[in-house]
Amino acid sequence: MSETTDLEGKSIALECRDLHKHLGEREMRVHVLRGVNLKLYQGEVSAIVGPSGCGKSTLLYLLGLLDRQDSGQILINGEEVPPDKDGAHTRTRGEHIGFVFQFHFLIPEFSAAENVMLPMRKLGRLADQEMEDRARSLLSDVGLGDKTHRLPSQLSGGEQQRVAIARSLANLPSVLLADEPTGNLDVKNSLMVFQSLTQLATEKGQAVLIVTHNPELAGRCDRILRMQDGQFID
Amino acid sequence: MLMSLAGIVFGVGFFISTQAQLTGYQELFIETILGTDGAIRIEDRIQDSYVFVAASTSKGDRTNFFITDEKNRRFVEGVEHPDKVIESIMQLQNVEAASPVIKGTIQLESPLRKDNGQVYGINLDDHIAVSALEDQIQHGSLVDFRTAPMGIIMGHKMAGRLDVTVGESVIIRAIDQQRRFTISAIFETGVSDLDKTRVFMHMSAARSLLKKPHGVSFIQVSIFDRDHAVVDAEVIERVANHFTTPWQEREKSWMQLFKTLKLSAAITVSTIIIVSGLGMFSTLFMIVMDKTREIAILRSMGYTRSDISNIFLWQGAIVLFWGAILGCFLGGLITYGISRLPMPLSGIFATEYFQVNSTVWHYIQAVVAAIVIVMVASLAPARRAGRLVPGDVIRGTVT
Ligand SMILES: Nc1ncnc2c1ncn2[C@@H]1O[C@H](COP(=O)(O)OP(=O)(O)OP(=O)(O)O)[C@@H](O)[C@H]1O
Ligand SMILES: [Mg+2]
Repeated sequence: MSETTDLEGKSIALECRDLHKHLGEREMRVHVLRGVNLKLYQGEVSAIVGPSGCGKSTLLYLLGLLDRQDSGQILINGEEVPPDKDGAHTRTRGEHIGFVFQFHFLIPEFSAAENVMLPMRKLGRLADQEMEDRARSLLSDVGLGDKTHRLPSQLSGGEQQRVAIARSLANLPSVLLADEPTGNLDVKNSLMVFQSLTQLATEKGQAVLIVTHNPELAGRCDRILRMQDGQFID
Repeated sequence: MLMSLAGIVFGVGFFISTQAQLTGYQELFIETILGTDGAIRIEDRIQDSYVFVAASTSKGDRTNFFITDEKNRRFVEGVEHPDKVIESIMQLQNVEAASPVIKGTIQLESPLRKDNGQVYGINLDDHIAVSALEDQIQHGSLVDFRTAPMGIIMGHKMAGRLDVTVGESVIIRAIDQQRRFTISAIFETGVSDLDKTRVFMHMSAARSLLKKPHGVSFIQVSIFDRDHAVVDAEVIERVANHFTTPWQEREKSWMQLFKTLKLSAAITVSTIIIVSGLGMFSTLFMIVMDKTREIAILRSMGYTRSDISNIFLWQGAIVLFWGAILGCFLGGLITYGISRLPMPLSGIFATEYFQVNSTVWHYIQAVVAAIVIVMVASLAPARRAGRLVPGDVIRGTVT
C-alpha cells in the first residue's frame, strides 16, 4: 500500500520514483532521464523548467503513460501503474490523465465541440446530450462558447490550443500534463491559455504539471521544478 | 480506395459471370450426353476368372485353391439375356427406363459416295424413353420410321457426306451381308462425332444384318436423378453381374476438363480482386502514415489499440460490403447480358445462345474470395496503426 497523502496532509495525485529512460539505439543511445522523483498534489500547479534537451518532454510522456520507462515506478492516486500493460495504460490515460501538447493536435475533420467530446465518447459515461452540454460548457470556460461548431482550421492558434485544453479536461482527469502549451503563442494568448489551465485546475482540485520556457508563467505557478540533464536540481 | 472498390466490384462480378458461363456449358454438355448415350450403360457380362493354384505338401498330397482375381476379371461380350437384366434393374427406384441396343460396324453406300458408320439396332419406344432422340429429329419423322421395317435414322453430318436426304435410300454392308435401307429421318445431336457416324435401325433389321439372333450389345438406362448414377451403376453391376458405367465415368475426361476450366477461371478472375486488395493495402498504409498524429492523440485520450485498428478495419469492411453487393449485382447483370448473346455453336454440343447457369455457390465463392483478400489487405495496416506508440509519434513530430 502506498500513502496518498503527504506529511503535510496534501493528497498526492501522481507520484514517480527513480524514473530512468534511455532513448535511441546502440551508439545513439542516450540516458535521458537519470532517476527522477516527483510528487504532484491535488489542486496544485507545478512548473518544470530547464534547458532544451534536458528531458522535460520525455518525463511528461512517461508520466502521461504515452511511453514506457526503463525502470522506476509511477503511481496514480496511490496505485502503481504496471509498466508493461498497454491495456491498463490506455484505461488510466482515458480516466485520469489529461494531456496538452505543444501543438494542439486537434482532429482537423471534427469541429471544436466534437474534438472535446472524443475523450468522453471513449469513456462512455455520459449520454450524447450530456456530452454535448459538457463540451459546450468546457469550451465556454476557455472563452470559446460561441465557436463550438468551427473546424480547427477556422480557429486561431491560441483558440486551437484552448480547444485542446478543454479536450484535456473532458473526463475530469486527476492529473493534467501540459508540454509547453503556450510555446507557439504570443504573450496575450499565452496568458489566456495559462489562466484557463490553472484556473480550472485549482477550482476542480486537479494536479497540474506544466513544462514551460516562459519564466513569467513559471513564476505564477505554486511550485517550480528545475531540471537539468535528466534530473531535478534543488 | 474508390479504385480498390471498383476492382473488387469487377472482380466479384467477373468471377460470378465466368463461373456461370462455364457451368452453363457444363450443364448443356451433360444434357447432351444424357440425351444421346444415356445416364448408365450396361455392357459386357462379368465372368469371374479363377486362378488355379496347386500347392504341394511334403507328402506329395495336393490341395487346390481357387483365387478370384479382381484385376483380371474377364468379360463376355454383350448382354445375353437383356429381358432378364431389364426386369431386375427396373426394380430399382431411380431407374426410369431401359433400352436394349445392338451395335455394329457398317459401311454405307449412296449413289455418289461411301462412308463408314455404326449401326444401333433399337426398339424405337424403348430408345425414345432413354434418350432425347425425339427432339433431335431434324428432317423426316419417327412415325415414318416406325412403319418402315427397312427404315433408318441417320446423323445429319453423315447425310451431308453421303449427299442423301429423307426418302432416299442407301446400301448398308456388314460382314458379308448387304441390304438396301430407306432414310426415314435425319437427326442432329450437336455432338459431331455422333452426327457423323451413327445410324439407327429397327432391332430386327439389325439382328439379321449383323447376324446376331440372340442377346444385345448393351442396355442404355435412363434414371430420374442423374447425380445418383454412380451409386446406381454400382448396384446394377452387382445385381445384373454386368459391367456397368455411369455417365460421370464415361465422360470423366470432359468432366475433369470442366472442373479444371472452372478452377483456372476462378483463379484468373481472383487476381483482379487480389490486385485491388494490394491497392487497398497500400492506400490504407498511406492513410495510417498520414494520420499518425491523430492516432497518437486518440491513444493519449484513452482509445485502445483495437479502437484504432477497428477504424481501419471498418474502412476495409465498408469497401468489402459495397464491393460484394455491387459485385454480385454486376455479376448477375453480366450473366444475364451474356445469356442474351447469340452464339451458334456445334461440335461437342449445339446451342444458339451463350449458355449460363448461375448457382448461389458462385456468389458465395466470389464473396468469400473478396472477404479473404480484403481482410488480409486491411488487417496489416490496421494492426500497424494500433501498434503505434504515441510517445514515439509525438516526439517525432514535436522536437
Ligand atoms: N529518438 C531519440 N534518440 C536519441 N535521443 C533522443 C531521441 N529523442 C530525443 N532524444 C534526446 O533526449 C533528450 C531529451 O529530449 P526531450 O524532448 O525530453 O527534451 P526537452 O527537455 O523536452 O527539450 P525541449 O525544451 O527542447 O523541448 C534530448 O537531448 C534529445 O536529444
Ligand atoms: Mg520538449
